[in-house]
Amino acid sequence: MSTKIKINSQIFQDSNNIYYPKDEVEVSDLIRELYKKDSPTEIIGNNSKSFIGNKTQSANTTSLSKISGIVDYRPEELYIKVKACTPINEIEKVLSENSQELAFEPIDFGYIKDGKSNKGTIAGYLSCNYAGSRRFKVGSVRDHVLGFKGVNGKGDIIKSGGTVVKNVTGYDLSKLIAGSFGTLVALTEITLKVLPKKDSSKTVIIYPNNFEQIYDLFNKLSSSSSEISGAVFIPEQSNDKEFSDKRNNVFKFNDLKSKVSFVAFRVEGDKISIEEKINNLKKELELNNSDISILDVYQSEPFWEKINNLEVFEKTEHNLIRMVIPPGNGSKLCKYLENNHNYFIDWCGSLFWIEVNSKKEEKIKDLKKMANDFGGYLTVIKTSSEYDYGEPIFTVDKVRLMISEKVKQSFDPKRILNPGKMYRGV
Amino acid sequence: MSELALPKIDNSILNRKSEIVKNLSKLTDKENVLSEADELRPYETDALSVYTQTPLAVVLPENTDEVSEILKYCYSENIKVVPRGAGTGLSGGALPLQDAILLGLGKFNKILEIDYENKCVVTQPGVTNLGITHAVEHKGFYYAPDPSSQLACSIGGNVAENSGGVHSLKYGTTTNNILGVQMVMMDGTICRFGGKSFDQEGYDLMGLICGSEGLLGVVTEVTVKILKTPEVVRAALIGFPSIKEGGNAASEIISSGIVPAGMEIMDKALIEATDNFSKAGYPRDAELLLIVELDGTESEVNELIRKVEAICKKNNCSSLKLSNSEKERFSFWAGRKAAFPACGAMAPDYYCMDGSIPRGKLAEALLEIKKLSEKYELPVANCFHAGDGNLHPLIMFDGNDKEQLRKTEEFGSEILKTCVRLGGVITGEHGVGIEKRELMCEMFNDNDIQQQLSIKKSLDEKNLLNPGKVYPILRKCAEEGRVHVHKNKDKFPDLPRF
Repeated sequence: MSTKIKINSQIFQDSNNIYYPKDEVEVSDLIRELYKKDSPTEIIGNNSKSFIGNKTQSANTTSLSKISGIVDYRPEELYIKVKACTPINEIEKVLSENSQELAFEPIDFGYIKDGKSNKGTIAGYLSCNYAGSRRFKVGSVRDHVLGFKGVNGKGDIIKSGGTVVKNVTGYDLSKLIAGSFGTLVALTEITLKVLPKKDSSKTVIIYPNNFEQIYDLFNKLSSSSSEISGAVFIPEQSNDKEFSDKRNNVFKFNDLKSKVSFVAFRVEGDKISIEEKINNLKKELELNNSDISILDVYQSEPFWEKINNLEVFEKTEHNLIRMVIPPGNGSKLCKYLENNHNYFIDWCGSLFWIEVNSKKEEKIKDLKKMANDFGGYLTVIKTSSEYDYGEPIFTVDKVRLMISEKVKQSFDPKRILNPGKMYRGV
Repeated sequence: MSELALPKIDNSILNRKSEIVKNLSKLTDKENVLSEADELRPYETDALSVYTQTPLAVVLPENTDEVSEILKYCYSENIKVVPRGAGTGLSGGALPLQDAILLGLGKFNKILEIDYENKCVVTQPGVTNLGITHAVEHKGFYYAPDPSSQLACSIGGNVAENSGGVHSLKYGTTTNNILGVQMVMMDGTICRFGGKSFDQEGYDLMGLICGSEGLLGVVTEVTVKILKTPEVVRAALIGFPSIKEGGNAASEIISSGIVPAGMEIMDKALIEATDNFSKAGYPRDAELLLIVELDGTESEVNELIRKVEAICKKNNCSSLKLSNSEKERFSFWAGRKAAFPACGAMAPDYYCMDGSIPRGKLAEALLEIKKLSEKYELPVANCFHAGDGNLHPLIMFDGNDKEQLRKTEEFGSEILKTCVRLGGVITGEHGVGIEKRELMCEMFNDNDIQQQLSIKKSLDEKNLLNPGKVYPILRKCAEEGRVHVHKNKDKFPDLPRF
């Protein structure tokens, strides 16, 4: 028998008993009723990233997927205002027509989920705050949000921010909403900063000999005046044939050597400045032409798509971990990972994507300790079917958990929205 | 300025002054507690100097544990606390209260660590904004946000106000350039948000603290990101015969795909004022002056300069000069940087406003301000961070004339309402403080404000930290019909309001 509570409002419900409010007033009415009845709800968009995070402890499901569409796009003002569940693809298409983009480079989690592209909605991105390869240069999703509207756990429609980049009018709630996994508000409208798309790009590939050299390269790249907009390390894992074959298949490019570890960095801009930057960097990094490969724009663009689609971990049935640490501790982590786990490094040495075999789940605990010791954090993005949640999938300390509980209380005192999605009790 | 409403004074605290001072002296060096009238005088105001209040006492702790002990004590004794950085804030955010202690972070003036490998600097909050850049510039690095007060303002204050500067469009404001903070909550709890790594998992509490104007906690350590100095920086100084043409050129530069490092606009009144003052060599016949700064590699900058030049010519610029040396580039900025003192030389007092508007609404905003200037019979000069839409009208007046004071305040308030009407906000970088509390109702409705108050209440349930700032006085909002007050009952009866 369904545990659903009868809702008085006339909000559309499908055969799976999922509510589909069509505008912010309906979202407000629905949540107000759930609040009165102490009945929590899971909040979903297009379900592309709903596998990330804990399972919510709720009897209802509310889909915001009908709240979609572009509200106001001003290319000359560098902002776009959209309804919360507007698909990322739709936003990227309209921006691209004006040679603009979401500079934080949205990751396509569809590939790790079920092997198909599914970028989902902007509200999903904001709720997770996971930016792609350009993050170390341009900031994360949270750095590109100018304002939002949404409904808190009491059913009140609230807003914060605006359409301008400089704004200190009241608390910056847009930042707080970023990465909150739908536990504070049900988003209904989001305003994003957009930036011009660069004319072209090239990617330089280097084949380093050891971990010290990798981090020496990352350090020199991030210390250069010749700006790069992406830098990854893709190790060859010869001891895991299945993974090695997949990796070599994903990164099959005419100008890229196969079956060998490599560092790749991307330079974007107009054609002349790309050449200038590459020449500067070759000098700074002391590289000879014979040591490197260069991917032209036709190879460079798909290369970074594959990185941001996490294609090497396509359809993984193991646990996939996202660990962020200060790059200064990166080579130590590399040494630990070597031959133990499949991984690659993004963000010029800061972001590690690590696959932990479902039979070695206890290793997640060791990795979390390492993340803490190194001054970073980890999240188990995808869990294997056997994952027992013995080790929480998020990293949080006692004081931050205490403050998080207080913040949650201020938005959602009865824990109506996505309860337990991040932490128990939040 | 007009009579300022402040939280009701708790006389029991005033009566216990000597006991409180004695107890505070046990929590830090005796020398760090100031309570005599002549010692308190320098702390009576911040850079919004029209308002003054004498604090109960000033405490200047030397480390985080002392801050924690002091706050714990104040929390248990229900003593209000006003945090203060360098006191350069323009919205009265650090204005003392008579029954509150003023917590000065001036002794937190050391850089703790410079970490080139992780491209960050760990610093105490009392270090100046420019002090950070000075500490790393010999290695070719800098800290990007550059508020005009960067010589004097502290990084802790920058966090409180989410300060920007002329380079905000390309490089962001404080919130985009810090990696972590250590903070003490009102009950004395010491917490850390972020660190040396990018982003943080869970609620972005660092993002919440940044720009919270000292209402949620006292920041005792900041980790800032440092960037490599660009290879080449060049500027263009362009005069236009009309506001419309100059404004259009600025909009077209952005829509053509250029993200300038800085882009500033000055109106005719300011061109004349600054040129008289600093002899910057600005085109005095121009109605509007545009300064565009571009950075990057040499060929990149040259290409961008070429594009900017073409756009400005297309929009009928009357003069165009390009910087060919660092000396020349600095000379272009000399006048802009002297804008405030130049206005100070033209009238006994000036009042600097700080709104943000969409870039494309500049001509409309300036026209409206001109009309208001005529209505109030007060001269005004305008500078505009055209990159990020931050407008700073400078109203000139005589502070000794009470009627002019009143008119200035009204004029300023009308300008900010105009900003909101044009799709902007009431403060771009100076903060709300006490200055713009009442205007919060122009931007936010009851739900929005109650949500923010609810966050405040969750982190400072007794409302002891910097009370009376940022949020409007209930009575006035109610008069304007924007706060729903049912049977004279507030939604948060235990939140002291006045």
